[in-house]
Amino acid sequence: MTIQTEPITINLGPQHPSTHGVFRIRVTFDGEVVIDVEPVFGYLHRGTEKLAEERTYTQIVTLTDRLDYTSSMTNNLAYVRTVEKLGSIPVPERAMYMRVIASELQRIASHLVSTGFFLQELGVFVTLLMYCFRERERVLDLFEMLCGARVTVSYMRPGGVFQDAPEDFWPALDTFVRDMPGYIDDLEGLISDNEIVLARTRDIGVLTPELAIDSSASGPVLRGSSVQWDLRKAASYEVYDRVAFDVPIGSSGDSYDRYIVRIQEMRQSISIIQQCIDQIEPGPVRTEGPFFVRPPAGDAYSSVEAPRGELGFYIVSDGGISPYRCKIRSPSYINLTSLKDLVVGWKLADLVVIFGSVDVNMGEVDR
Amino acid sequence: MDFGGLHRLFTDFLPAGWEWIAFAVAGFLLSFAVINVMIGLTAVYTWFERRALGRFQTRLGPNRWGPFGLFQPLADVLKLITKEDVIPAVADKIAFTLAPIVLLVPGFLVVAVLPVGAESFLGELNVGILFVIGVTGVSTLAIFMGAWGSRNKYAMFGALRAVAMLISYEVPMALALTGVVITAGSLALLDIVTEQAVPFALVQPLGFIIFVTAALAEMNRTPFDLVEGESELAGGYITEFSGMKFGIFQLAEFMAPIVMSALATVLFLAGTKGWAPVPGLVWFALKAFLVLFFLLWVRATWPRLRIDQVMAFAWKGLLPLALLNMFMVALQVQLLQDPTTGELTSGDLWRMAAFNWPLAIGSIVVAANVLGQRRISRRPAAPSPLANMTAEGD
Repeated sequence: MTIQTEPITINLGPQHPSTHGVFRIRVTFDGEVVIDVEPVFGYLHRGTEKLAEERTYTQIVTLTDRLDYTSSMTNNLAYVRTVEKLGSIPVPERAMYMRVIASELQRIASHLVSTGFFLQELGVFVTLLMYCFRERERVLDLFEMLCGARVTVSYMRPGGVFQDAPEDFWPALDTFVRDMPGYIDDLEGLISDNEIVLARTRDIGVLTPELAIDSSASGPVLRGSSVQWDLRKAASYEVYDRVAFDVPIGSSGDSYDRYIVRIQEMRQSISIIQQCIDQIEPGPVRTEGPFFVRPPAGDAYSSVEAPRGELGFYIVSDGGISPYRCKIRSPSYINLTSLKDLVVGWKLADLVVIFGSVDVNMGEVDR
Repeated sequence: MDFGGLHRLFTDFLPAGWEWIAFAVAGFLLSFAVINVMIGLTAVYTWFERRALGRFQTRLGPNRWGPFGLFQPLADVLKLITKEDVIPAVADKIAFTLAPIVLLVPGFLVVAVLPVGAESFLGELNVGILFVIGVTGVSTLAIFMGAWGSRNKYAMFGALRAVAMLISYEVPMALALTGVVITAGSLALLDIVTEQAVPFALVQPLGFIIFVTAALAEMNRTPFDLVEGESELAGGYITEFSGMKFGIFQLAEFMAPIVMSALATVLFLAGTKGWAPVPGLVWFALKAFLVLFFLLWVRATWPRLRIDQVMAFAWKGLLPLALLNMFMVALQVQLLQDPTTGELTSGDLWRMAAFNWPLAIGSIVVAANVLGQRRISRRPAAPSPLANMTAEGD
């Protein structure tokens, strides 16, 4: 006797604990096995690109904070670098170091968030999420010292940064850099070698290097698939060519590799921050310029290695005080391209974990 | 405590032919006692679990109402009672309404027969273990009723997982308990406690480990909490429940660890036995608390398994180990027991322990190496030739 079965369609999201905000996936299951997924975006669409056309170049910095709200610093950096490229605005050396320090701190904070939620989706009842957020708090405290804000920082400006770091920032940063490797060791010792974590993540959701490149994936998703590609080295910007660091890669492109790449990147970020502290010299942190930035008519594209991948801004200027067009290449959105290839054939529980390991941020996907 | 004789207090006042009233009154009083004691304990336990989880998770936990937030369970219940009790329009109302009650009852029934002193609440039951296994199986039915009644796809996913998983874990659990029954030579829970001159957790550690693991699965606790799977199923079978129905589900869920740790204490940790002058009830509570805390610790630390891994773990991991345990225990009992009376001295039990500990450790190591992931070494990460970061851009 054969029992007649039929696929079942479930609406995962937009209100669901593991959709990182308001992502919605219509998933078709055969029993527990995913046979089709259809992502639905747009629940967090705020029209950032259109709003940018109505703002002055300096005001847009605040819009970029709200793109990927767990990595505002790198969003700022990507934007101001494009404006500087467009308007040929020089940046003082100290400002470059400050930007690199801020970006790497942000990378640590962002990876802590993604690692925490990834482990949460594996089913660890909040514990490791809280541990990750405890360390992230310290980064946010440092940001508060730098610019008064913790999440929506708006720290960078075309031509430098908003202000120099206060005196007590440097001892606090030293303490953080000294403590952080121990925290990462704790986290890894607690969970990275856990039998259940290995069973749930190894060889699950494999993204082949070919597919990763073909789908324009970037960031830890790409590097997890053993493609050694990092804009900080490949198209070095700011002062990344003056610091030594490795680009960690995974071996097979599964969920575990994406997770472990993030952990290793945090260690590299600490090393970069340490080198920047050693190298930074006193000096101005912002090029004095006119109140309204008026880049000459033309267009420019510039991208940085944000925690989630290549974040690029394409700005078209007509010579006025606000851009004619501002296009954002957001890594989360593009990393989602291969979602269907990753999850089809795996089970519901894997879908959630794979989605967590890709680590998207809805603020950035919907813009 | 002579609970079984409670009815004699009333029999004298009753005319002949009306003695059944005494039994009815005694039964009512006893069930009243069981239910209220368990609900009270569960309330304290919810507070404890939340506080302890808070400590695990570097946060405070409930600390607002009462000393150390001790009245938090009251506040929770007040909140749940005053909430609207939503029944989905498409729900199967009978199943939906009955499900929380059906889930709650097995816990009470198990507690009623557990010997917490010289006797259990409802007197001696000569087939105690069979009764416990049978009654705890009902929780599967309740979960399925709730899910079926609520007509929710998430709930159905959770319920189908529950049915598959709970039925699978009954098998190793029953086999682990068979070892206990063989050693004690009785199905009655009271006899099992009496026979434990050496706690059975020491005599057959493998059986104890299997029992605790299977109990975790029976209770849907981490790492087997995929029935609720908060991050995947958003609650599973309780997705559609609200108000006091949800409250009763939570009550049953928080009561399960208490019941299970009490059961583990009776079956494997020699129940009320201990050293004077500390009374037996205190020993019982202490042992049960240790098991309870272990369960809590697991919940705070471990991720969740996937459904096929859970099933594979039951049938490929626990079942062979349980069979091995049962076989070895039976063999030892056959060899060591007094040929005429069938009695085991405490010396015999220690000899069994001496043999079973290396066996347990060895077999678990072998099982971990056959089934585990950690033994699989991965090839080292080599950069893919598809991208070359060092090449000059065009």
